[in-house]
Amino acid sequence: MQKLLAWVDQRFPLTKVWEEHVSKYYAPKNFNFWYYFGSLALLMLVIQILSGIFLTMHYKPDTSLAFASVEYIMRDVPWGWLIRYLHSTGASFFFIVIYLHMFRGLMYGSYKGPRELVWILGMVLFVALMAEAFMGYLLPWGNMSYWGAQVIISLFDALPFIGPSLAEWLRGDFVVSDATLNRFFSLHVIAVPLLLALLVFLHIVALHKVGSNNPDGVEIKKKKNADGLPLDGIPFHPYYSVKDTVGVAGFLILFAAAIFFAPEMWGWFLEHDNFTVANILQTPPEIKPLWYFTPFYSILRATTDDLIKYGLLPFVLALTALTLVSVRELKTKGIVVIIAGFVVAGFFGLEAKVWGVALMGLSLILFFFLPWLDRSPVKSIRYRGWKYKTALTIFTISFVMLGYVGTQPAEGIYKMCAQIGTLVYFAFFLLMPWISTYDKTKPVPERVT
Amino acid sequence: MGKKNVDPQRRMLLQLTTAVGAVGAGFAAVPFVSSMTPSARARAAGAPVEVDISGIRPGELRPVEWRGKPVWILRRTPEMLASLATVQPHLVDPKSQVKEQQPDYAQNETRSIKPEVLVVVGICTHLGCSPKRELEKGTISSDWEGGFFCPCHGSKFDLAGRVYKDVPAPKNLEVPKHTYLSDSRILIGVDPKGKGAA
Ligand code: HEM
Ligand code: FES
Repeated sequence: MQKLLAWVDQRFPLTKVWEEHVSKYYAPKNFNFWYYFGSLALLMLVIQILSGIFLTMHYKPDTSLAFASVEYIMRDVPWGWLIRYLHSTGASFFFIVIYLHMFRGLMYGSYKGPRELVWILGMVLFVALMAEAFMGYLLPWGNMSYWGAQVIISLFDALPFIGPSLAEWLRGDFVVSDATLNRFFSLHVIAVPLLLALLVFLHIVALHKVGSNNPDGVEIKKKKNADGLPLDGIPFHPYYSVKDTVGVAGFLILFAAAIFFAPEMWGWFLEHDNFTVANILQTPPEIKPLWYFTPFYSILRATTDDLIKYGLLPFVLALTALTLVSVRELKTKGIVVIIAGFVVAGFFGLEAKVWGVALMGLSLILFFFLPWLDRSPVKSIRYRGWKYKTALTIFTISFVMLGYVGTQPAEGIYKMCAQIGTLVYFAFFLLMPWISTYDKTKPVPERVT
Repeated sequence: MGKKNVDPQRRMLLQLTTAVGAVGAGFAAVPFVSSMTPSARARAAGAPVEVDISGIRPGELRPVEWRGKPVWILRRTPEMLASLATVQPHLVDPKSQVKEQQPDYAQNETRSIKPEVLVVVGICTHLGCSPKRELEKGTISSDWEGGFFCPCHGSKFDLAGRVYKDVPAPKNLEVPKHTYLSDSRILIGVDPKGKGAA
């Protein structure tokens, strides 16, 4: 055995990689519950790929066969129902894990330097994962699949100039059709999964270069012992490999419970309208995406003329005034005024529909810029003042609220809530420079606690 | 990178080669990108559809499929036609001035060739759902005059497919090209003779 290893090591850096990334990779000793979700996300990716491979053995990407082939998997393929539920329930669990993983980043300031690239790669992963889930949802060719895809692809139609031809190019037809189903299949089973795998690799490489953050937001690399090892670090293996295994076991219990007792989660994980085949003549009475898209979908729906006039316009003017007061350089002031001018002109010149799409895009883009919007000298919420804590609490509540109202009809109180939630969402990011600058922070300890 | 040992001529050649390579890669992408546009078969599939409308009773709507989209044929009753005037103040474009939403011959009070027969594409101009038919008065709210309601994001249209104010959909529903072959038969997807380019 020893000889074999030596033989390999002369030809491939096996021991070196193992030590660098596992057995001698030092992670902070104070990881808590929230640090489970990275390894759980990895587990979910593996589960989705494995179950997907077996589904692909029976599924048929053809509008006249797709729906029936899924029913066939559910009824006639031995254990087919389990494989399908692993995959469909797995998608929702994947997003639960990812949202918690991201929330951890917000709490402990993990996006702040030197981890900006870990965060950005994470956001690219998030967007790719959304694309993967969206395309997967068309495949069963249920009625919600069809109309959901129709609505989302029409979003691109709204873009000025290039919109219509872009939407046509995505669909490969003038409406969602067999061509669309076939290409979504191709992208869903091979293109995006390959991209995800590559991105996860880069995410981890970037993380291991800078090392993990921790619930105290203290850089463990600053205090090292005589051997150059971080005083507050412990090797990933065996300490965290064992801890993560416990996390996996606990998680799998919940996951199995969902699969066996409530795989559809009363319409939350698999929508009722998707149990009928796609009908080109009939939109389901209420169209809604699955829960993990609804916060962003709510922002899209909330953007009507009144929101622009009574919400966004005053918001942009106030933000401009605030920026003008805060920046000193004349050139910066000029740029700010010009940008604000364009935005305000756009409020009057462009249809609300275009703004809906733009804001939905912006709501994701802002996440990428969080490392630079947050000016606080401390990372972890433990040492931040009340301003950031309040902002994060309100943001989290309104994000969940946006998610909920996105599943309800866009009328009355739901529409109001969506509009308020939208303003809160943007205020959180765009006011972050001020919130974090004026927040009174507590002293951060030298070592982790 | 130190600039000391760089041979400027070789460096220039290297940059040139890279640039040519990048252009080549760009050209190589063309077939792949183009392969995703609608195929010849998809383009040819837009054949016109013939419908016998004699069986449609007053107040009844019949959906038919044309180019993969739902097209509605609604025979309006006199009360329905009367409502078109009542709702005018609440509409975005009551005079159907947005050109591309209907052919010239349907740019009129009823948005149709024959006043009672409405032919529209049943696809919301917001994001492409198919609105629900709420043809009866008072179904959505007490002052509802009848029309179409899009469940996706709450857009409302009147019985001529004209969009109400303050809803996400920006434009009236599209009236497709259509022509009467006889009193009871229409052809969807073709302009009436002599009215070619609409
Ligand atoms: C397929 C999806 C993803 C996988 C498999 C994944 C995997 C991981 C793993 C294994 C870790 C180390 C363990 C841990 O800190 O929990 C990690 C850390 C991290 N991830 Fe992800 N991740 C994914 C998506 C994301 C997303 C969407 C974001 C946010 C934009 C993100 C941001 C981060 C950050 C900031 C860290 C460092 C956290 C710290 O040190 O405190 N990741 N990720
Ligand atoms: S698609 Fe009809 S209102 Fe949005």
